Amino acid sequence: MSLRNIFGSSSELFRFVLQTACITHCTWEFVGDFVMCSGPSMEPTLETNNILLTEHITPRFQRLCKGDIVIAKCPRNPKQYVCKRITGLPGDRVRGHFPGRSQVVPKGHVWLEGDNSNNSADSRVYGAVPQGLIRSRVVCRIWPLNKISSLSE
Amino acid sequence: MWLKSFFKSVLFGVPVGITFLDTVGYVARVEGISMQPVLNPESRNTDYVFLSRWAVSDYEVRRGEIISLVSPKDPNQKIIKRVIALAGDVVNTLGYQNQYVKIPEGHCWVEGDHTGHTLDSNTFGPVSLGLVNAKAVCIVWPPARWQSLAATLPDNRKPLSVSI
Repeated sequence: MSLRNIFGSSSELFRFVLQTACITHCTWEFVGDFVMCSGPSMEPTLETNNILLTEHITPRFQRLCKGDIVIAKCPRNPKQYVCKRITGLPGDRVRGHFPGRSQVVPKGHVWLEGDNSNNSADSRVYGAVPQGLIRSRVVCRIWPLNKISSLSE
Repeated sequence: MWLKSFFKSVLFGVPVGITFLDTVGYVARVEGISMQPVLNPESRNTDYVFLSRWAVSDYEVRRGEIISLVSPKDPNQKIIKRVIALAGDVVNTLGYQNQYVKIPEGHCWVEGDHTGHTLDSNTFGPVSLGLVNAKAVCIVWPPARWQSLAATLPDNRKPLSVSI
C-alpha cells in the first residue's frame, strides 16, 4: 500500500467518524434519546433501571400538557436530571411548599411532581421549575421488554 | 449528477455545522440597552458578540462574566447579563422582594449593567445554572468595537459576602 493510499483511507475514515458523531449529536440533542431512570420518585409508573424513549420536539415548541412525564435539569444541580410529571402549567393553582397553602404557577414555569408523592423531591421542595430547564418528554418505556408501554397521553 | 453530489454534501455538512455551533459557539446580535455601556453603547449600532458554548459546558461560571441565558419568564427568549453572585453569596438587592438574598445551591444572581433599565434577578430572583446558555467572550462586529469582554464586577455591585 502506498503512502498516498494510507493517507486517503485514513482521511476517509476521519470524515466518516466525524459525520457519524455529528449526526448522532444532532439526533440526541434535537430529536430524541434514551434515558435510564433510577430512584423511587416515579413509582409505580416507572421503576429503577427502566429505559425510556424521549423526544425533544414538544418541549422546544412549548407544546407540553398537564400529565406529561418530562426529563428536566434539576434546578439545584444542573448536572443532574430529574424525571417527573407535569401537574401544573402557568396560571394553575397548585399545592404549595407547605400543606394547606396553595400558590399559582408563574409565567414561563411548570409544576413538577413525582408519582410517588411520599418519596419525591420535586416542586414541593424547590418550587416551580422554569420551562427552559425541561429537556425532553417521555414517549414510551422500551426496557424491560415485558413492560413495553406508551407513557404519553 | 452534480445535483446529487450537492445534496449529498449538504446532507452531511449540515449536521457537522449544527454540532459545531452547538458545542463550540456562535455569533449573536445583542438587542436592547440593558448592558450599556459595555454592549450597545449607542442604541443605533448594535453589537455582535461571540458566545462560547464550550466555556459553560460544565456549568462553571465566575463572578463578573457576561453570560447569555434562557429567560426564566419566557423559554423562547435569551437574555444577556452579568453574573454578580454565585451559590452561597449574599447580595444586596435593588428592589427585589427581600433586601438581602442568599443565593441557593445551583443558582446565580445576574444583573444588567444599565441599572434601572434592565429586567434581571432583581425582578425574577436567583436563576438556576441549568438556564445558562453560553458565555460572551468578545465583541466581533462592528470592527471598530472589536474587544474581548473582561470579567469585572461593578464596584457598587459586589456581593456582601462571598462563599469560598
